[in-house]
Amino acid sequence: MTTTTGSTTATGSVGTAHTRVEGRDKVTGAARYAGDLPFSELAHGWLALSTVARGRIRSVESAAVLGMPGVLTVLHHQNAPRVDSDYIGVLGVPPDPTIALFQHDRVQHAGWPVALVVAETSEQAREAAEALVVHYEEEPHDVAFLGERPDANPLDTTEKGDLESELAASAVVVDAEYTTPEEHHNPMEPHAATARWEGGRLEVVDSNQGTTWVADELVKLFCLDPASVRVRSEHVGGGFGGKGVRAHQVAAVMAATVLQRPVRVVMTRRQMFSIAGYRSPTAQRIRLGADADGRLRALDHRSLNLTSTVYEFTEPCAGVGRVLYDADAHHTSNRVVRLDVPTPTWMRAPGEAPGSFALESALDELAEKCGIDPIALRARNEPERGPVSGLPFSSRRLLDCFREGARRFGWADRDPRPGLRRDGRWLLGTGTAASSFPAGAAPSTAAVTAQPDGTFTVRIAAADIGTGARTAITLVTADALEVAPDRVRVRIGDSDFGPAMIAGGSMGTRSWAWAVTTAARELRERLALDAGIPPEGLTVRSDTSEAIRALAHKERHSFGAQFAEVAVDVTTGEVRVRRMLGIFAAGRIVNPLTARNQLVGGMIWGISMALHEEAVRDQVSGGHAGADLAGYHVATHADVPLIEADWVDDPDPDDPVGIKGIGEIGIVGAAAAIANAVWHATGVRHRSLPIRPDRVLTAGEGARNV
Amino acid sequence: MAPPTSSAITLNINGEKYTLSVDHRTTLLDALRERLDLTGTKKGCDQGQCGACTVLLDGRRAVACLQLAVSAEGREVTTIEGVAEGERLHPVQQAFLDLDGYQCGYCTPGQICSAVAVIEEHAAGWPSAVTGDIRPEAGPPPLTAEEIRERMSGNLCRCGAYVSIVQAVARAAAVEAGAEETGEAVA
Amino acid sequence: MREFGYQRASDVAGAVALLGADPDARFLGGGTNLVDLMKTGVERPSRLVDVRELPLDRIESTQDGGLRIGATVTNSDLAAHAEVRRRYPALVQAVLAGASGQLRNMATVGGNLLQRTRCGYFGDVTKPCNKRVPGSGCPAIEGDHRNHAILGASRHCVAVHPSDMGVALTAFDAVISYETTEGSGELPLCDFYLPVGDTPHLETALPPGALITGVTLPSAPVAARSRYRKVRERASYAFAIGSIAAALDVRDGVVSDVRLAFGAVASRPWRARAAERALTGARADGESFAAAADAELAAAEPLIHNGYKVTLMRNLVVAVLSELLEEASR
Repeated sequence: MTTTTGSTTATGSVGTAHTRVEGRDKVTGAARYAGDLPFSELAHGWLALSTVARGRIRSVESAAVLGMPGVLTVLHHQNAPRVDSDYIGVLGVPPDPTIALFQHDRVQHAGWPVALVVAETSEQAREAAEALVVHYEEEPHDVAFLGERPDANPLDTTEKGDLESELAASAVVVDAEYTTPEEHHNPMEPHAATARWEGGRLEVVDSNQGTTWVADELVKLFCLDPASVRVRSEHVGGGFGGKGVRAHQVAAVMAATVLQRPVRVVMTRRQMFSIAGYRSPTAQRIRLGADADGRLRALDHRSLNLTSTVYEFTEPCAGVGRVLYDADAHHTSNRVVRLDVPTPTWMRAPGEAPGSFALESALDELAEKCGIDPIALRARNEPERGPVSGLPFSSRRLLDCFREGARRFGWADRDPRPGLRRDGRWLLGTGTAASSFPAGAAPSTAAVTAQPDGTFTVRIAAADIGTGARTAITLVTADALEVAPDRVRVRIGDSDFGPAMIAGGSMGTRSWAWAVTTAARELRERLALDAGIPPEGLTVRSDTSEAIRALAHKERHSFGAQFAEVAVDVTTGEVRVRRMLGIFAAGRIVNPLTARNQLVGGMIWGISMALHEEAVRDQVSGGHAGADLAGYHVATHADVPLIEADWVDDPDPDDPVGIKGIGEIGIVGAAAAIANAVWHATGVRHRSLPIRPDRVLTAGEGARNV
Repeated sequence: MAPPTSSAITLNINGEKYTLSVDHRTTLLDALRERLDLTGTKKGCDQGQCGACTVLLDGRRAVACLQLAVSAEGREVTTIEGVAEGERLHPVQQAFLDLDGYQCGYCTPGQICSAVAVIEEHAAGWPSAVTGDIRPEAGPPPLTAEEIRERMSGNLCRCGAYVSIVQAVARAAAVEAGAEETGEAVA
Repeated sequence: MREFGYQRASDVAGAVALLGADPDARFLGGGTNLVDLMKTGVERPSRLVDVRELPLDRIESTQDGGLRIGATVTNSDLAAHAEVRRRYPALVQAVLAGASGQLRNMATVGGNLLQRTRCGYFGDVTKPCNKRVPGSGCPAIEGDHRNHAILGASRHCVAVHPSDMGVALTAFDAVISYETTEGSGELPLCDFYLPVGDTPHLETALPPGALITGVTLPSAPVAARSRYRKVRERASYAFAIGSIAAALDVRDGVVSDVRLAFGAVASRPWRARAAERALTGARADGESFAAAADAELAAAEPLIHNGYKVTLMRNLVVAVLSELLEEASR
């Protein structure tokens, strides 16, 4: 039984497949995204970015540009409104100071925003921004992220046991370095914001992952009254961690304030590579020591990532081993080196995605060395409690995922020896890997209103970035109210609805579902007591802060088992994924239709990460060469075979709906499963992503020469 | 004397005529989105590298971001807003809706316009890069998942809804083939 | 993108006259490369002369059994054409391996041959590039050049030509027709692209102001047994890192006719004449194929990060010729 999705309620909406409530709007083009809403008197802002990687702005020659057709203003560090970036935001962290746009003459990375040109039309703004001459006092820059850096700063370390003596006592040792490149979110919808002042309020129509989050940042940055700022984000064309507060909103607010008319700022795809955030490249060293039977004595995972000179961002790769495996000596550390680059940010499964590539590749190498099946090796090292925390798991059905996955994938028939299977010019291989991602919830507020006509309206500042959140909230509310979902209307993406969790950390749907369930259940109880609904409706509000604070401390995670079959032509270096299967234990599944899609989407990110994605930073200029979707490859239709995702029953006992979260688990382990399959096909380990044709060809030559 | 840099043009979009003056720099994509409030066509890269702005030009799919508006005068433009027949969704739209052939929805109008054309191109016997026998005598290859994937590869979907998109295109193609057969039988 | 004038031409003479001698004016075909380059600021024309509606959209058989392809024939129409599919299958495969369905519907044969390199430095006006700004330098040589040239490059430029179509046309001895205000002219494709030398900004031998009107493929029975293989960093919708157009005729186990051209290895589609010479009259087997590839690639001068292309092209020669041999013996 693999597709059961938990107990049913009176209406049983949760757990059964529903098409998206906004689906018709999306297939007819009626769904309006941030850059789609018309405004009268709209002006267009175009960002001008620095051409040097480090230095000082000597002058911005705006006079010539102000005389160009249609140009309304040029904002830069000498005339832009002042902002305050010395605050702690709702997510509990200070902002990346680089969002304090145009506040000083320092250039801190290539593609640093130096000016905003605003004009009547986008064509005029673009030409003027490109014509704008900026003089710099250039300084030498350092963008070299190469292996060991003595100036790396250890930020986040756990240590248990004596590593060196356990390694020395191990019958089998794996000691390997793994690297992953700089990766970019590249949501299909570029960052776009329109700001305007209307009746004393600032309204920002934006594409983001949390309207109350962005509103709060803008309030603090511009020192505004919280009640005077409204951020709306009805439809969002993908986020993946990259759609928070960015230069485009700040620039749009500045220009709308200066010009007192609506101003839209949209990033170009090329600009996104400099100012939209990205995943840091990583260099990871893993040492595993085991007894001959595969039992781990030592686990050491040391990861290095880069960050900007002004903000410390950690890509916590070493965290994945703190959940997956125990060892007598267990050391993990995340270190950071500061370079003249933009600040990296969260990108789908931050830490877990690159971290699992390294750790789950190393496990496969250990299995090979021990002569043990990779799944049996993982079973041998299944911990009873959190390896570092010592806390119990809320639930952990990892081995059930492997068992079910192995059965469906046909793993039992696998010959473990590499390089044996061929189909024409293709060598074939299979690989597997474990995945895990934290399951959490964050405080949210919601309002549910009963209308006299028998319908209900939910208001919550949730964001649907493609997850199906709007539909999931509809189903959850319907079940809590014990009504059919077509009587529930869900309104999201509006900061006026009050604080709510962002669409991030795989926590959105769970956090919002908790809030709407709380409000809806109370509303149902009230309606049961007195039948009357006033003409304006009966509204119940909820705030889950207390309930979430009261949650017992446990290791709370989703788990999964990834399987991949690949074909490799070692004469051309081409690698094709032929099939993939992912089995997950990820809490109660609210909407199987959209959940499967999202899990498969994560696995496709794994294909893309394993084989394609890589932004190359040019050492001389400090920026990118080929910063666009032709130079930065993401998987196309042709790269993606039939992929199956399914799940085992795993409702979270401490969540009112049983949800854990599925946004990120799909990518975790996927790249490792593919890399392990490439080894199985060819006998060559690829420890650096992406596994490009040139790497396969070069590795093949090396293998022949040995 | 410098030549004029804008022109008064008439665009034929979804069967309606729109007369406007355009800066020659204006792409068809920007004319649709910023001048005519036809925002269903999306701007993903503005460089012909993603397919989000796919429309039909004289019935053939094209990327509106590399098509200058002034050069589109005299051609029939079909956007996502013109794909359905009134309230009745096109089979491709219906299949995307039913099979969840999207996530965020931003690439969806382009995917749908592209899929409509893919089905027609295939029916017209056009080979693709994965067609084994491209001789005209071989006839159109079966519209397998592999064929659909290759033909749809000009439409990126970053959410990774490819699997359900391919299923939706296959279903729509089957529906359309069935409908035509019925039509012939009736005639 | 700066403001520009726009005129639509209805006949060839008119188009050539409209462009005149203005070095800042450009012909606009499908626009798939030019409009992109205008957006990135690489091209800043003062005027565009739209030639898409010129009556150059026919594909006709020539008297000698070849084909004449009009310059405004779209990639899609070229690849769908019955005679092209019968006589020059590698050309069809090359066209279908390029870009996407949308772009192939827009792009034209004339424009394809004139498209510019996709070198990331060339396409970014904030960076030096000898092809874009003569004398400014070539950062690719020390920087990102994994997909750059191994043949025929110079220390001034190592960019590759991105065309797939051109590789097959080169293999089949295509001849380009053009029109200027002075009259019409022809250029064999093998002489069309200029050597890189110290003038990488001068790309073709086309006279100033010339309009490509068509491409003629001479009769080539060997082309009926041809194929195009393209290797790229994803399965579709990406430029080649190495490609090959090959045609093979074998009589009594001996190569009687062979055509070989490489893509993504040089500033132009690369006709592998040394390999062809080595093969003609040789036994048709893997050993000969490998020796022929080595003969061609002896001239390769890879950079630090693109040496793999030598291996790749050698393997492609052997693999594709072996496939053609196997087909012929079936």
